[in-house]
Amino acid sequence: MQFDPFVIPFNIGLYFILIYVVTRSVIWFHDLSKPDKLRLQRGFFGLAFGLSLKEIFMESLIHRKILKTNLRLGYMHMSLAFGWFLLILFGTIEADIFGAKHLNAPYKAIFFRFFNPDHGRMGFEAAYGFLMDLILAFILSGLVLAVTKRFYSKVVGMKKTTRLKITDKIALTSLWLIFPSRLLAESFTSGAYGTGSFLTGSLGSWLATFLPAQQMAYPFWWLYSISLGTFFILLPITRYMHIPTELFLIFMRNSGIKTGDQAGTYSEVQTYSCSSCGICIDACQLNFSAGITNIQSAYLMKAIRNNDDVSGIADNCLMCGRCDQNCPVGIELSPLRMIQRRGGEAVYDIRNIYKGYFRSRQTIVSEKAIGSLNYNFLPEPDQKKADILYFAGCMTHLTPTIKNSMIKILDASGVKYNFMDEQGGVCCGRPLMLAGLDKEARELINFNSQMIWKSGAHTFVTSCPICYKVFKESYYLDVEVLHHTQFIKRLIDEGSVKMNFLHKKVVYHSPCELGRGSGIFDEPKDVLNHVSRLEKCNFEDENSLCCGGSLANMKISSQNKKKIAFDAVNELTKNTPDILATACPLCKKTFSAVTETRVADISEIVAEALIIKPLKKISGSNITSIKELANI
Amino acid sequence: MGKHVVVIGGGVAGLEVAGQLSKVGIQVSLIEKDSKTGGNLNKWYKLFPDRRKSSEVKEYLNGITANDGINLMTNTSIEMFNRHRDHFSIITSGGRELIADAIIVATGFDLFKSARKEEYGYGIYDNVITSADLEEMFSRGEISLINNTIPEKIGIIHCVGSRDEKVGNFYCSKLCCVTAVKQAIEIREFLPESKVFCFYMDMRMGGVFYEELYREAQEQWGVSFIRGKVSEVSETIDNQLLIKVEDTLAGRPLKMKFDLLVLMAGMEMSEGGRKIAGIGGLRTGENRFFAANDNHFGSNISNIEGVFYAGTCTAPMNITETISHARAAVIEVIDYLKDSN
Amino acid sequence: MDKFGFTISEGRQIDYESNDRRIAEYIFDREPSFRLCIECGGCSATCTTGNFTDFSLRELNILIKRGENEQVREKLKKCMLCGKCNLVCPRGVNTRNIVVLAKKAFQKSDEYAI
Repeated sequence: MQFDPFVIPFNIGLYFILIYVVTRSVIWFHDLSKPDKLRLQRGFFGLAFGLSLKEIFMESLIHRKILKTNLRLGYMHMSLAFGWFLLILFGTIEADIFGAKHLNAPYKAIFFRFFNPDHGRMGFEAAYGFLMDLILAFILSGLVLAVTKRFYSKVVGMKKTTRLKITDKIALTSLWLIFPSRLLAESFTSGAYGTGSFLTGSLGSWLATFLPAQQMAYPFWWLYSISLGTFFILLPITRYMHIPTELFLIFMRNSGIKTGDQAGTYSEVQTYSCSSCGICIDACQLNFSAGITNIQSAYLMKAIRNNDDVSGIADNCLMCGRCDQNCPVGIELSPLRMIQRRGGEAVYDIRNIYKGYFRSRQTIVSEKAIGSLNYNFLPEPDQKKADILYFAGCMTHLTPTIKNSMIKILDASGVKYNFMDEQGGVCCGRPLMLAGLDKEARELINFNSQMIWKSGAHTFVTSCPICYKVFKESYYLDVEVLHHTQFIKRLIDEGSVKMNFLHKKVVYHSPCELGRGSGIFDEPKDVLNHVSRLEKCNFEDENSLCCGGSLANMKISSQNKKKIAFDAVNELTKNTPDILATACPLCKKTFSAVTETRVADISEIVAEALIIKPLKKISGSNITSIKELANI
Repeated sequence: MGKHVVVIGGGVAGLEVAGQLSKVGIQVSLIEKDSKTGGNLNKWYKLFPDRRKSSEVKEYLNGITANDGINLMTNTSIEMFNRHRDHFSIITSGGRELIADAIIVATGFDLFKSARKEEYGYGIYDNVITSADLEEMFSRGEISLINNTIPEKIGIIHCVGSRDEKVGNFYCSKLCCVTAVKQAIEIREFLPESKVFCFYMDMRMGGVFYEELYREAQEQWGVSFIRGKVSEVSETIDNQLLIKVEDTLAGRPLKMKFDLLVLMAGMEMSEGGRKIAGIGGLRTGENRFFAANDNHFGSNISNIEGVFYAGTCTAPMNITETISHARAAVIEVIDYLKDSN
Repeated sequence: MDKFGFTISEGRQIDYESNDRRIAEYIFDREPSFRLCIECGGCSATCTTGNFTDFSLRELNILIKRGENEQVREKLKKCMLCGKCNLVCPRGVNTRNIVVLAKKAFQKSDEYAI
């Protein structure tokens, strides 16, 4: 018996998906920019290829990262992916060794038991059959979890699970049917022939006691084949496209390709690599503090895949980066969201099945800027010469304690500095960028750049992490850009300032833009350790929370902001610290509105601990600041 | 049959309640957390709208409470109270147990902690003070800056901690406007050479003779009123205070320098009140003040039978209203005690 | 009217009935906090752009609400979206979103006009 009509649906599905994946990858490669093409070629013959194979094994099959964050969810993904992989692998080997001839068509391996019902009675054959049953049992255990997760998401330790569209539902049903139908098909065949191992054998012989096994088997082989075929054909237009796509993603990433500012192959590959596992939803504070459950990254990816208008989703996000941090696939979710923000309200043409398979490059209509220059009212940039330029930032002007503390520290350190925005400056441009208005932001960046050049400073210090990030990343300056925590750390290391130790219990809240956003975790904590008793908390470093005040979210209501701030503060002040320290004026403002605990910027704490050497002794009175000196 | 009522809080409302109850022969224990009675009244020098001295009101209150029927316990707070079948048992901070037939909560208000509005610089700049600090200066009889000079230009900022979503207070404290007007006049009385500017969002002059006082401030004392919420205060190199505000009626942003800035701190549920609410399970509203059983005809009645409210622990009130509210509480208590007999 | 020696200049008056308040409606629908403004001017006072130019968010808000759109269109683009206004607003108005929405609304109305 070499062929039976029931294998046709499977064959159609399999060859369709193989041809599709090849075509799609050719299109993807074609759409890559020239440098990225080169990177990919170099990667193919270099270390990247090996690394990718290892990563594919660890992440796409074993799902190590999901296992780490959530054991049960990880097991579910692993049993399905790794189990299926093993089943195919050992099935092919089985067909190769025990089949009629070597090098069989794929369907012979998949439907091996149908074509070799007598196989596996004893010895090595039986042992191999045992292995195959074991793998099937492994997959089925994961499937049970998956089915339960769909109906009771808490079972796998998830608070929320993703919602599905109709094609996803059909694909999901066919996926769910694959393994139970295989189990039943194999069991009935085994029951009829008295073969099969512990699972299919036992189930088969039991079923055979009250059912006509021989007749029952055939419809289930059909069902098995149809389920596989349906699943393969629907795969490209459902989230299961992530299975093949993730392989590309891993290879591209290892080859050094980055997301960039514009939509392209890499952003598309990332979008399709999202498996909608929902870990980002659980990590999102908008979800667990504010009850907003439709804008998380998994939904964004899905909406992009579905060609929906995503502007409502893209704008409603704090950009705190917690989802990037937690994504087990390593998708650069925030940069992808930024691409959507830059696009504004994207306009798509008709959605149909064909478009789903071969989507046109996402057409993003850039917002038309009104008029030419927006900020031509700005004066001619002018700045006094100085070694160090201090830029407080807009928000810092609303937290004068931070500003004054920095002046005190700068005065005490004896450096020659200028206060760039003492009379109020021009915005750094980051808020515009976060709103997707890069062109407008450029105007402000140009203005501020000229101010900095004119000052001739070699170091630029800012108190605001929002400013810091944009000055560091999007200004092309020949100046060292420091956040004030880094600057203070340097002053301490150099011995330029001396401090008392404050016997106060302090918990540090790492601001999103400074921590996850710019990778500055250590300097603030070093400074705090130097002057106070810094305590640990449950949300440190990469895992820190967002205060909720983020400028990145255009949509969020003030009530929801408060809910987020309130929850975050409760977590941070669990061990009743004397001071909740932060390094961002916006975090400070947001937190101090919702807590009785003292919230202070690191600069304030340092200024408090500062031992001030008198500048000059004049008629017995100690003059400690330039300001006082000027008054005399 | 002697009845015993515990009154929590010895401010205007508490004293009035205690005095009136003892008048009708009810035994009263008056519990006050401070060393002396009077509460927030002690911080005020003169009262609006007629600028009578607060000491006159204190005299009246002391008069009605100088009575054997009142057991005054100062430096005492409540640690716990439980309702039994027909009485309450109350544990004081001294560890004493009081048995009472009813409780009147008169824990009053706290002034909004102005340092929470960091952008106004209270606690950062020396010459930014609150309305209460200014009253203290009036009592001392001198208005001076930190370096002992006399201020020439004084700014008064309304709505500090009131009508402000940012500090979680949506409500209007309703007395700060008239306080500002009163204090503006007093500053001009004290310092005839000075100039006073009030920065308001809305002038809420709803009380008896408030609007007249407002007219007087404009007409006789030349106080200027500018409509706009001050957003930032900073200090200049010569120790003056620079404010940023929009003159909303002129439609232009306005910068102005002052020697002294006075913040009209709003009224908030007192810390003591919040503690009592916590230990007694008393219901509070969204504004964090005690929530009355009925806004129209049950404003003294709490969610626990036998516990009544008097005065500003339920909402911002002026002294006239506080005393009326306290008297109303007395009637509720007498009614309650009669029924429970 | 002229007989009485005075006229009311039509340009000065807000003609509430015939003014086009669709821009305002567009914002109301998408940002309900737009209704909460009490015209305190806190936003304009702290405004980074207002430091350099006659930009006043409070003024733009009220003009949009009255349908006096022409005066708003050009001024809107001056906003830097820095968010200080958001931080001082006593009513919790989501000021930045209003600016972004207003820009969008004007853009849309331009497109319809063509």
